[in-house]
Amino acid sequence: MNKNFIEIKNVSKYFGNVKAVDDVSFSINQGEFFSLLGPSGCGKTTLLRLLAGFEHPSKGQVFIDGSEVTSVAPNLRPTNMVFQNYAIFPHLNVRKNIEFGMRKENLTKEEMEDRVGEVLNLVKLQGYEERYSNQLSGGQRQRVALARALIKRPKVLLLDEPLGALDKKLRDEMQIELRNLQKQVGITFVFVTHDQGESISMSDRVAVMNEGKIKQISEPHDLYYNPQNIFVSDFIGTTNFLSAQTLSKDGDLIYVSIENIGQFKLNNKLSIGENTNDVTCSIRPESIELSSEPIQNKELKMHGKIVNTSYYGELTTFHVVIEGIKNPLIVSSQRYDHKSFLSNNCYIGINLEDINLLTNE
Amino acid sequence: MFQVWQKFYASSDNAKAYILLSPALILVILGMAVPVFAMFAMSFTTQAGFEIDYSPTFDRYREFLDTGTRTGTILTTLLSRSITISFLVTFFTILTTYPVAYYVAFYVKKNKILWIILMTIPFWTSYLLRVFAWKLILGNSGVINASLISVGLTDEPLSYLMYSQLSVVITLCHAWSAFALLPLFVSLDKIDHSLIEASRDLGCSKFETFIRVTFPLSLPGVIGAILIIFIPTVGDFVTPALVGGTEGRMLSNMIQAYFGRVNNFSLGAASAVIMLFSVIVVTIIVNFVTKRLTQRL
Repeated sequence: MNKNFIEIKNVSKYFGNVKAVDDVSFSINQGEFFSLLGPSGCGKTTLLRLLAGFEHPSKGQVFIDGSEVTSVAPNLRPTNMVFQNYAIFPHLNVRKNIEFGMRKENLTKEEMEDRVGEVLNLVKLQGYEERYSNQLSGGQRQRVALARALIKRPKVLLLDEPLGALDKKLRDEMQIELRNLQKQVGITFVFVTHDQGESISMSDRVAVMNEGKIKQISEPHDLYYNPQNIFVSDFIGTTNFLSAQTLSKDGDLIYVSIENIGQFKLNNKLSIGENTNDVTCSIRPESIELSSEPIQNKELKMHGKIVNTSYYGELTTFHVVIEGIKNPLIVSSQRYDHKSFLSNNCYIGINLEDINLLTNE
Repeated sequence: MFQVWQKFYASSDNAKAYILLSPALILVILGMAVPVFAMFAMSFTTQAGFEIDYSPTFDRYREFLDTGTRTGTILTTLLSRSITISFLVTFFTILTTYPVAYYVAFYVKKNKILWIILMTIPFWTSYLLRVFAWKLILGNSGVINASLISVGLTDEPLSYLMYSQLSVVITLCHAWSAFALLPLFVSLDKIDHSLIEASRDLGCSKFETFIRVTFPLSLPGVIGAILIIFIPTVGDFVTPALVGGTEGRMLSNMIQAYFGRVNNFSLGAASAVIMLFSVIVVTIIVNFVTKRLTQRL
């Protein structure tokens, strides 16, 4: 397996004065399911289009499988794309759409039938060969777009928010199906999405982007539990931020004073210097324990008042106001016994190892 | 009285529709259906001098189609010439306007409609004026010939520029280009850009993408342009009369003569009916062939 199958070196793309992609460098492994995640306008789609060849970088270089493709036209690249709106040719039926890119391969009629049958089988769309785009549902159109790209056996498959136009149920199904498909064909997938849940559940690695820059590239689990900056911590899931001041370092640990709660010795995964002063603590809502009785076995214990309760079935979210802390803490719990919180008074407990220390950049 | 109307109006959707349509409907019936029917009836009569014999007969059609006689030869020649000229006009108009529409649809980013309007401004002047303008350009002492002579490329004016089928084709091409531009632009502008990108992504060059995606998807506009140009130019008699000379004379000039100087309404009507059906047949064939051709792409 090739570690640097796709290499992006110092790539920038400007549209007039707008820096859509701003000096980005990273690489993608062969056979990886790689996601580009970010809010709209963060440059993720531009980056995908740079890989496809629809845009060419203003600066920097792009390599795919060892050869430079920086200014190679899209028809000469070993990539294929699944478009956001699927871009099924409306004047051709499903079979002709799928065969569209195969003309140059000079296959015999039988070979072509085999290849078409193979991808139709892969995307489970047998029996729809003669239909036209307007006779297909959204999910079927997406399958045609997938089949049309996969029949070319590309080295890299690019997917531009392919699940965005589907309803929730179908989207969940397609997530699993896409993931299985990727494992089955072993092609490198580069997947663009603004849906954090989607990227976390499907990808081997995720690159989080904002304002043209990559904020973090990690495996999904790390992205959630070890965010490297406030943007990632905020963008992925829900989180509580507490402001803090650095005091002194003690090996791998660091002393900080958190708001008006007190001084604590925390893990310093990002090696923040002791003179940084203002830093931020991030705590996931589910790592906070909530109880109507005083808590014993946690390092950080506080007393507060519940001001808001939202019941979601499998989870309940509480907003807890604590004296000395500016914003209410968001706490989520799987067990919800509403009778025990009748008075609104509650106790919360946090393990210090569940607190992530981040710089204020 | 008013109440009766109101009751009728409210009684059904069909009644409502007919009442709302009635002004247009009356105009179309009186201005189109009745005259066409009258012409149809007239084509089965016989005219001798000022007398018209109304006993129905197919003789006028025989007269037109019998190439053994002088009249038949002239009329059939003119019919085929009319169709050929219109064909050439349609072909060259679309050939020259398609790139313009393509440019505006794909390369102009802002104010597309303004571009289209600006391009049609020359066509706001009178049709007659524009035909005369071409006389000034193509004539024996016109712009082209005068320049050629003064530069010394030729000693005498190129006579085939004026009063020929060429001058008719050029003049009509120019006159109808604005009408071709609109349907072509609309159909090209509607094409989803991601379809073009998809074709490039699947390995097609820019040219192959045009042949396999862009052109087939613009076909509704092309067919629209073909109909808009072909149908009226077959029947045009002003341009051939002014710039066509004897060589560029078309069937419509003959029909005009039958209803005027020659004074043979019956044969004129028969000629008009034959032309009408020829146009219908040619239009159907053209549509069929264009659609067939592009299905293979």
